[in-house]
This record gives sequence, structure tokens and C-alpha cells, in this order.
Amino acid sequence: MKLKHVFVFMGGLFFGFGLAFGGMSKQEIVLSFLQLKDLGLLLLLGGSALVTAITINLIPKLLNKPILGGEFKKRKRTLNKRTVFGAIIFGVGWGISGLCPGSAMASLGVGNLPVLIGIAGMFLGAYIMGRYFT
Amino acid sequence: MFPLGFFPYIIGGILIGIGVSLIYIATGLHATQSSFFDTTISFFSKRPYFLQKQYLDSRGWRLTFALGVILGALIYTITLAAEGFFTTSVEWWRLVIGGFLVGFGTRLSKGCTSGHGISGLASLSSTSAVAVLTFIVVGVLTALAIQSLGVLP
Repeated sequence: MKLKHVFVFMGGLFFGFGLAFGGMSKQEIVLSFLQLKDLGLLLLLGGSALVTAITINLIPKLLNKPILGGEFKKRKRTLNKRTVFGAIIFGVGWGISGLCPGSAMASLGVGNLPVLIGIAGMFLGAYIMGRYFT
Repeated sequence: MFPLGFFPYIIGGILIGIGVSLIYIATGLHATQSSFFDTTISFFSKRPYFLQKQYLDSRGWRLTFALGVILGALIYTITLAAEGFFTTSVEWWRLVIGGFLVGFGTRLSKGCTSGHGISGLASLSSTSAVAVLTFIVVGVLTALAIQSLGVLP
């Protein structure tokens, strides 16, 4: 097993632990945000984005390259109709189910087996998008 | 506004940020979630879209990352969760239809709550800011509409 996978796996452990700790593995809590009853999801999203922002804006100034080599990748996305239409469709699905990709994975770890059919739906949706809309 | 308090959300958010940061510092990769669907489909599909180089290059570590996320949530459940394992009461048809739209929409938009939400906002990307604002507003309107039809939770 490559060292890269060890670090990615450890980072995934923190990611999944944090999602579950913050209640995101429960669709009921995500829906209570979307129904504007509990705005905690914004604190979780803001907190994780803030910590990540400090890292990805500061670390490349301190280190020439990542510890395991390679390069610090820049995330490039250009705004177009697909970005916005995609976000609208995602928003509708999120509002119907309380599911998003990361929280659905974490949900498996809390034993929430009904989410498997949601993940199957996500794979089907991603396949239809890649197969017919590219 | 915050019936469950601030604590679990802030600590959870910081832990997620630490996980993404650890991966970035070690490897330079942005640990995001929704690309996982496309890269995993590349193991099975022969369509050129799924066989693009960046998917083939990243499908291994994205699978590792997803397994880490599942196991991290399991560790939380067996160590700290007072109520133990959890099963949602959201009905199956909402999970199927919602899941389908989430898979389709995040891949059309090239990002989800972690891609646009965490890594995108952290990269100070205006594209991701537009996407996040859009899916939150649409998500809220959809959830309120579903609730008003008497569908619970």
C-alpha cells in the first residue's frame, strides 16, 4: 500500500468522524437545516471551509511541495450554465432527501442502511449525466 | 435557530477541515466527494467520459478516501454516539429520487457540499460561491415545499 493512500485514509477518518460528530450522517438534521429550524449546518460548513482555507492558502507559501512529493493542486472551476443548472438540480435532490455525497458515505458508518438506495441513486444519476449529457 | 447548540457543528467542522488539510499537506490533493461516483464508474464503464485521464489517475485514492469516511463515522458511532447506530425515517422514495438528482446535479455542476462548499470556498473560488449559494437556496425552497405538502420529516 502506497503512503499516499495511508494519508488519504487517515484524512478520510477525520472527515467521516467530523461529519458524524456534527450530525450530518442523520438526514433529519440536514433537513432541519433546510427547513430553517436549525442553522448548525452553516457553522459546520463554515468551520470546515475556514480551516481548509488557512491550510491551502498558507501551506504552499511555507512548503515547496507536499510532504510526499508532487505538487499543490489548484482547484480550477469556471462558472458556466452547467455549474448553475447542476447546483439547482443538486439543491432539489438535497431538499427532497437530506442527502449529499459526503454525508451519505458517513451515514453508512453510523449503520444507516436505507441510505444505500440513495447512494445507488447517486451512482445512477452520475452515470446518466456522464453517459448522455457530456 | 440552534436547538442542538453550537458545539457539535463547530467541532465537527474543524475535524472535517483537519482531514482535508492533512491530505492536502501530505499529497497536494483536494479531498472532495462527488467525483468518487465518476471515478468508481470508470472501473466498469467503457464510455470515454468516464475513462478520462484525471478519473483513472484518481480513482484509487478516491475509493480509499470514501472507505476512510465510512470507517471514521463508524468509529464515532461506537466510541461517542450516545444513541448508538442510527436509521433514518426518511422514506425510501425520497432517498431514491433525491439521490438520483444529487448524483446527476453534482456531476453536472462539478462539485457538491464538499467540493464547492469546503474546497471551493476555501480556494476563494467565485464559481464555487455561486454554486453553494444556489444549492442552499434551492435546497431550502425544496425542503420547505415538501414539508408544506405534509411529508415528514
